Parts: sequence; structure tokens; C-alpha cells
Amino acid sequence: MATTVTSTKTAEKRETSSGRGSKFPGPNGKGPKGNGNGGGRRGPRRGLSPEAYRVTMWMVIAAIVMMFAALSSAYIILSFDGERRRVTMPPMFFLSTGIIILSSFTIETAKRSLKRENESRYRGWTIATLVLGLFFLAAQVMGWRELAAQGVYFASHPHSTFFYFFTGVHGVHLLGGIAGLSYLAIRGQRKGKVGKVMPKETSAGLMSLYWHTMDALWIWLFLLLLILK
Amino acid sequence: MGRVLAVIIWILTLGSVSLFFVKKWWFPQAISAHAAALDRQFVLTIIVVGIAFTAAQVGLGYVVWKYRDRGPNDRAVYTHGSNRLEVVWTVVTAVIFISLAVMGQSVWASLHFNKAPVGAYQVEVVAQQFQWNFHYAGKDGIFGRTDPNLIDDSATNYIGLDSTDPNAKDDMTHTVIAIPEGRPVELILRSRDVIHNFWVPQLRFKQDLVPGMNIRVHFTANRPGKYELACAELCGQFHYRMRSFMLVLPTAEHEALMALPQDQFQARITELLAKYQLPAYQQ
Amino acid sequence: MSSETHEAVHRHEAPTSFIRKYIFSLDHKVIGIQYIILALTAVVVGVTMSVLMRLNLSWPGTSWSILGTLFPTGAPGGIMNPEFYLSLVTMHGTIMVFFVLTTAPQGGFGNYFLPIQIGAEDMAFPFLNMMSFWVTFVGFIVILAAIFVEGNTTIATSALGVWLGGGSGSTVGPIGGWTGYAPLSAVGVAAGPGQGAGMNLWIVSIAIFCIGSLLGALNFITTLLNMRTRGMTLMRMPLTCWAWFTTAVLALLSFPVLLGGGILLLLDRTVGTSFFIPGGLVFGSSVLNTHTGGSPILWQHLFWFFGHPEVYIAILPGMGATSHILSTFARKPVFGYRAMVFAIFAIGLLGFFVWGHHMFISGMSPYSAMTFSILTLSIGVPSAVKTFNWLGTLWGARIRFTTPMLFAIGFVSLFVAGGITGLVLGQTSLDLPMHDTYFVPAHFHLVMGVASIFGMFAAIYFWFPKMFGRFMSERLGKFHFWLTFVGVYCIFVPMHTMGMVGMPRRYANFGEYRFLDSIHPLVIFVSIAAIITALVQLVFYFNLIWSVFKGKKAGDNPWEATTLEWNTTSPPPHDNFAGVLPVVYRGPYEFAVPGAPNDYVMQTEPDASTAGEGVGGNGHNGHKH
Repeated sequence: MATTVTSTKTAEKRETSSGRGSKFPGPNGKGPKGNGNGGGRRGPRRGLSPEAYRVTMWMVIAAIVMMFAALSSAYIILSFDGERRRVTMPPMFFLSTGIIILSSFTIETAKRSLKRENESRYRGWTIATLVLGLFFLAAQVMGWRELAAQGVYFASHPHSTFFYFFTGVHGVHLLGGIAGLSYLAIRGQRKGKVGKVMPKETSAGLMSLYWHTMDALWIWLFLLLLILK
Repeated sequence: MGRVLAVIIWILTLGSVSLFFVKKWWFPQAISAHAAALDRQFVLTIIVVGIAFTAAQVGLGYVVWKYRDRGPNDRAVYTHGSNRLEVVWTVVTAVIFISLAVMGQSVWASLHFNKAPVGAYQVEVVAQQFQWNFHYAGKDGIFGRTDPNLIDDSATNYIGLDSTDPNAKDDMTHTVIAIPEGRPVELILRSRDVIHNFWVPQLRFKQDLVPGMNIRVHFTANRPGKYELACAELCGQFHYRMRSFMLVLPTAEHEALMALPQDQFQARITELLAKYQLPAYQQ
Repeated sequence: MSSETHEAVHRHEAPTSFIRKYIFSLDHKVIGIQYIILALTAVVVGVTMSVLMRLNLSWPGTSWSILGTLFPTGAPGGIMNPEFYLSLVTMHGTIMVFFVLTTAPQGGFGNYFLPIQIGAEDMAFPFLNMMSFWVTFVGFIVILAAIFVEGNTTIATSALGVWLGGGSGSTVGPIGGWTGYAPLSAVGVAAGPGQGAGMNLWIVSIAIFCIGSLLGALNFITTLLNMRTRGMTLMRMPLTCWAWFTTAVLALLSFPVLLGGGILLLLDRTVGTSFFIPGGLVFGSSVLNTHTGGSPILWQHLFWFFGHPEVYIAILPGMGATSHILSTFARKPVFGYRAMVFAIFAIGLLGFFVWGHHMFISGMSPYSAMTFSILTLSIGVPSAVKTFNWLGTLWGARIRFTTPMLFAIGFVSLFVAGGITGLVLGQTSLDLPMHDTYFVPAHFHLVMGVASIFGMFAAIYFWFPKMFGRFMSERLGKFHFWLTFVGVYCIFVPMHTMGMVGMPRRYANFGEYRFLDSIHPLVIFVSIAAIITALVQLVFYFNLIWSVFKGKKAGDNPWEATTLEWNTTSPPPHDNFAGVLPVVYRGPYEFAVPGAPNDYVMQTEPDASTAGEGVGGNGHNGHKH
């Protein structure tokens, strides 16, 4: 069993802890035999491919969706109580819905700009999305004021509570998205395709995935509140 | 080592199974109409369970006894399994389990899928920390209105009966439940504070009492006597002594009881509690 | 030099400082050990509480002077108050389910061995991994704090205690049971003692735990899907990896629901919302006017939607370890590897559709109850298939009775014993007499509290030589096994009968009811068995600690096993494989291969007929029995 060093890619990644590379002169050294590499997506063996990060982001989204699914079922169940009052949908929430839909377009534009290698436009549209996100949150808070004005408070009937609660929990998650956008906008100043941890295209893709999810989630919550109010 | 392990597994199996066989500790004698079917289903299930348990443990003991390592020249059988076996034992297990599942629904369906039969005797149950309250409709058969705001424990109005309601005039309340023998009984279950659970072991029946809900259940008791009533859902620190009694009375005796005026009702219940003894339990 | 995208160098340098090496470490092996130590600590707390519970049930009214000294309000004169007892019940359940059964099997052994078994240098996100442990640790501190805030009158009535929710000083935590049903858990101190600060801290602790678990789940899934070494296809992974993967998916999808429910409950308790509190409740003589419209059953749905997958989270890693260890010491491939993988998936998937079997008599629709019941008995099928395959693995084997093997065999025996009574409880009709009696704890302790733990014991004895380069004492290990195996049968089988007689759960005292008089001898028997079994675990702890320093030295592959962890040193180097990632040529359980010189062929072996010859053959390090 001759020991051949593996491909150069893996050889480079071996940094300081090498020097013991010959400890296991067993079959490891064999060159690529093209066998059983059925794992599918595979970049260089020591790094995480962009797909890997995308999978992780989908996992994060799955967890977030499960929590909102639980809260949505709670809302649906509690809406069938005859004792509750009718709530009028605050007009501000219509506005905020429009804002967030718009922001999905801006972040999509940002991502496409990056694909077309237009870094400054990418930054610009990212910042635009961030600003829209902030406006969204502001509109939500104004919506709360409108709720209070019609006598609907947080600790009223649970059906009413959800108008505040859904916007609040969604807003917290959106803040996470805003933090991410800020990070990208700042880091985006650095030239080149490669970010600190992953390629810029990857991070832009992940960010837009998260942001679109926040958008879709808000649309769901908004419709749920609208239909069952 | 393998032999010792096999023997110990078999002894433990024998011990476990005999605990059930001996029937020294078993359900108390049943007093309800659905109990016979329920007990039959239980015995059937336990037999299936017992056979599966014993077979698996005997099998496990057998393989660890027989297939111990006998030395370096001895190799195990190289096999990755058998698809046919997988299909066979999956199908057999599925058939047995699903059959049990379907059979196990019939008593449940008979109790819960139908409303109480017409003419059922109704009692309203209001549980609280840590006491049972039973509300009897009296001669008019209509329950008086209750309101939580009228609850006054110090005045023994535990269920908040509205004395201004004409239907409440002949209502009676007590911490003991008295039901007629051989006649369907409908309980309307409510709670004042937290979740409780109405349970008389001999009845083979229990149900949560959930605050904010009026839950209706029905059953028929067919053996007169006095039975202990326990709470079967954690309700606070005195959950363990939320104790009362269920009296199952012959029809005539029950009618006579319910016809009594309120001032004699309490005393009569006390008499009946002394008259009927708790069942003799195995010792 | 690869000039295109510079891939993530998630690999980290070997740390040098003590803090970076052992405290805030990014190394999955250190983090795994940290989780195991957390579980080993938590289980001591949990077992102590259960022994106290047994003492109270068996000899009620006895004065235990230590209790009286430590908890003068909760156990005045050394005699336990009923609320004190109930808080022990609650904390025992919570600590065991979360901080023992959801940490060691997954976060402990999974963290340590998943990367190595798939041929990776570390988890995908080492920083997140470290965070998941420390977040879980904080959760543990918070639940311990509940003991002190509720158990000490000075703390409970101090400014901090009052801000946290107040307390009576007469319990060691909340008293809602680990299930915390509303409205008992939702209305606060109005419902009695043990509903103050302890309950708030309980919810907060569990919420923190949820987050730690979610971080862990992300890591496991990403790592397994993306970082397998060359040749390690999904169907060549050890069954332990499949189990950890499925467990992580269950955790990912179920913990967020608990988190949501927990937040709602905390809001009900602290800011006056009414998610779980209907209107018109009366406590003592005051009507609770501030709440209306809530549904207590909603809490149960949210809790059990999480709670049922949770119990599969607790058992699946143990099943994976059992399959792995049985095969290794039977010197025979796992029988029906593919079926085992499907069974793991089936259990995981079905586990999401059966939560209502905890709620048959809750007041939910009886038609839903029936549906849940039929689905519940269906989940017995993949579990039975796994049992048949374990027996099939042992059939025709050449069994080496090492301590890990004994525990793995014990797992099979106990899993059958516990699982089989699920067929009783899962039927709606039979749940009518059985709900909330001791039949239920008999069932779940046998599967969770014993089978799962046996899976962990098997894993510890099996992997200890790899983790520390030394064996645990076989003699002490076998002593531990025999007494524990017999002991747990003695503890939990009688509980079935107690349940049939009618012994209700969560009763601080059985003296009030005549129908319970007959079971007293059983209660005493169980307690004596429990105390002896608990004491025997001290032998295990001694063995564990002593062996780290003085155990007989072990080589790289002392058990003559086949999977990738046995290809590297004991303990493995910082990057697991000393810079040379293994290449995989075959499946994980190639024992007794015809034509191979040894009775095992490692996964990295390209040619079975020459396996083990020359360098790398570890037959000499074998540890035969």
C-alpha cells in the first residue's frame, strides 16, 4: 500500500499541526480513486461550501417557522372565544406591509448587483434595505399606538395580545436581520470577493434568504390577524 | 458470563410476569357497565404484551447464552440481514399493533362519541383546591345559575349558586356524590381554579375538569356501595388529600334522598356514608 | 494555491492557554466532555431528589434531621411538607429530562464522536458549538437557582426574590411537575406555594435550554451533511451518526415550540396576559378579574408537541450506541442496517404526530384522541423492528462480554420492558384507568430513565479508552452492571402493579385512601431497591474518576472495532486525524468478513483480504474476553 500524498488542495490546508502526516501510512495516502464519493456537494475537504451555509440557513429558518407555527396555532385557537372584542386593523400595518415587500425587492437588487460585480451598487441597495427595515419597525410601533388608541392593549383578551405579540416577536427577528445587513454594509467596504468567513456572494445570498423569510413571515402574520380579527 | 446473563434475564422476566399472574395486586372490583369490556381489552393487551415481552427476553437470553465467543478461530456468521425477514416481522407487528389499537377504541367510543342517553341523571361537579363540590338540580331537574363572583367559601357557597334564581331554590350541594344504580349518569364537569380530575378507580373512568370548560361525560354504575373519589391531576400542594366518596344507591333510596329538603339532605348523606362500607380490598 | 474562492478555514489552531484549552474551548472533544460532566453533575442532583422522594413515600411522617436543618420551612422538624415533596418531583423530572437525557447522549457523545466518526476535523461551527454548551450551562445554573430562591425564606423574601416572583421558602422549586400545566403554573402565587419565583426561573431556564439545544442542532445537521470525508457516504455512516442526525432534526423542529409556549406562559405570569387563563377563576375567595379568554388545554398542546419528540430525542442516541456496540462485541455486522436507518426515521417522523396521547382525558376532542391513539400504536412498529434487528445481530454472533456489551444487552432488555407497556397506555380505553397512575412513570422510567441511561453507560465504557487512553476497570464495571440491571427491574416493574391498584402520580402521601393500603409492601420494596441502586452508582463514579488517572493503558483500537474513531490515537489529537483525513472504502460494521485475516475490517481498509497486515493492523492491541 504505497502512500501517495493527497491532492495539493488538501496539502495546503494542513498548517501547523502537520509534520505528523506520516503517522497513519495506511490507506489514507491513496490518490483519488473516484470511489464512493456519494456525498454529493463537496468543495475542498477542509472548508465549508456555500451550499453548506445555505443548508444551515434553511435550518435556522425551519426553527423560526416552527416557533411562529406554534404561536399561530395558539392565536387561531384563542380567536374562537366568543367573549373577545373585534379589533380594527391599524392602517399603519398596511403601510408596514408595503414597506417590507419593497425591501425584499431592494435586497434582491442588491444581490443581483453583486452577481454583476457591481460592488458599490450592492452596498447601496443593502443600505436601502436596511433603511426600509428601520422604517418598517417604526411603522409597527406606530401601529401599536393606533391599537392603544382603539382600546386594545397588550394584556387584554389574548386575541388582542397577539396584535402586539406577533409584531413584537417578528420585529425582534427582523432586528437580527438588520444587524446582519449592517454587518454586510460595513464589511462590504472591503474590496474583493471574499469576506472574512465566506465569499461575498454567499453571505449576500444567505442574507437575502433570511430577509425574504422575514417578509413572507410578516405577510402570513398580517393576513392571519386580518382574517381573524 | 453469557450463561449467567441469560439466567438473570430469565429470572427477571419470570419475576416480572408473575407479578401480573399472581393477581395479588390488581384493579379493584369494577362497578360500571363499560368495565367488563374494558377489563377484557386490558387482559387481552396484557397477554399480547406479556407474550411479546417474554419472547423477546427469552430470545435475548438464548442468543447471549449460545453465541458466546469461543476463541480466536471462531468467526460469527457474516450476514447483513434479510430483507424478507424485515418485511415479515414488520407486517406481523403492524397487524398486531394496529388491531390492538382499533380494538382499544371501542370502549372509548361508547363513552365519548355519543351524548348521554335521554333520561340520564345529571350532577354538576365543581372542583376546587382542594375539595369536591357536587351540585344537584333538585326536584325541578334544572340547575340554578352559578356565578364565580357569588362564591363565598365562608358562607359555604362554594359553587357560587345564585339564590335569586328561582331554579336554585331546590338545588343542593355537597362534597359527596350520590348517584342511582343502573341508570346512566351524566356529569357536567367544571373547575373553579386549576385542572383537577374526577376519578373513582372502581368506575374505570377518569376525566379532567378544566377551568373555563363545561365537560360532559356519562357512565352507568351498577353496584351499590360507597367508593373513594380521588383527584388525578396535580392541582397544588394538597392534591394528595382531595378525597371524597361516591355513593351508588339503589333507585328507591336515591330518589328518597333527592326528595329530601335541604336541611335533612346533609344528615341523610352522613347516614348513608356510615351505612355503606368501603369495599374489602386485597391485603 | 487555490485562486478562486477562499474556502472557510473553520479549522482553528490548537489552543495553548488553560482557559482556551479546557474552559472556553472550540474543540468539539472538549465540549463533548463538558456536556458529559454537566450531565454527570445534574444526575447526582436528580437522583438525590428521587431518593428523598422515595423516603417520604415509604416512611411518611419520619423526621429526617438533615432536611430539617437545610430546609426549616419546607421540612419543619425534618418532616417534608407536601409542597416540598411536589417540588422535588418537579425538579427531578426537569433536571433529568433536560440536563441529563438531552445533554449527554447528544451534546456529550454526539459532539465528541460525530465529527470523528465521519472523518471531519471538528464540527462545522466550533464557535456556535462552544456557545451551545455555555448557554446550556447557564440554563442549569438558573434551574439550580430556583432551588435556592424558593427554598430559602431569606432569599425568597429579599428584594431580589420578590422581583423574581416571590416564594414561600417551603419548596425547592416550582411544584407544577415537569409538565407545568396551566392554569396552576400560570396564575402565580395565587395558586399556592411553589408558584412564585421558582416557576419563573423554571420557565427561563427551559427557554435558555431551548436556545442551547437549537444551536447544537444546527451544528450537527450541517456537519453531518457537509463534512463527511471522502468515501463516507450516508449509507456507510455508523448508526450512531444516523441517530444523532435524526435527534438533531427532532430538536430543531420541536424546541422552538416549547420556547414559544414558555414565552406565552411567562407573559401570563408576569404581565397579565391570558393565553392559558380563562376568565372567572377563583382562588381562595378572590375572583381573578384580570384574566380572560385563555385556554389551559392550549398549554398542553404546545408542551406535548415538544414533549413527545423530546422523549425520542432522549432515546435515539442510546439506540444508535446500542446498535454500534452490539455489533462491535458480537463481532458481526448489524442485522438489517438499512431497516435500522428507516426505523430511526420512522420513529423520528411519527414522533411528531402522537403528542395527543398524553392528553386523551384532557377535554380535547375524543375523535382527535382516537386518531392519536392509532398513530401511537403504529410507532411501536419501528421500535419492534429495531428490537428484532438487535436480536438478529446477536444471532450467530461471537459475543465478547465486555462491560459496554453488557450494558448494550441490558438496553435491549430494558427497552423491550418499557416500550411494551406503551401498547397499554396508547389505547384510549385503557388510558381511562391508567392515566396519572404509577403505570405511567413505570413505563417512561423504564424507557427513558433506564434504557436511555444504559445506552449512556454502554457509550461511556466503550469510548472511555478512546477519550482518555485508558480503560475503565472491567471488574468494577461488571459489578456496576449486575447490580444496576437487577436493581432497575426491581424498582420499576412493581410500579406497574401499583398503577393498576390505582396509585396516583404526584401524591405526597398515600395514607389518605383505603384502596391504596395494600401496596405499601411494594412501595417499601421499590424504595429499598432504589436506594441500593443509587448507592451502586457511586462505584461507577469512582471507576470513572480513578480510571482517568490510573486506568490500564489502552491503544488506538483496543476493542478491535471498525469505525473511524479507532483509526486515530487515544485520545485523538486536536484536529482528530493528525492532518491526514481518512478515506473510507466500506461500511461501518464489517466483522467476520470471509477471507479477511482478522475478524474485523476497518472502514479505511481498501482491501479486505490484506486487512490488518503490516502497519496499522491493530490486532495486537485487542482486548479479548
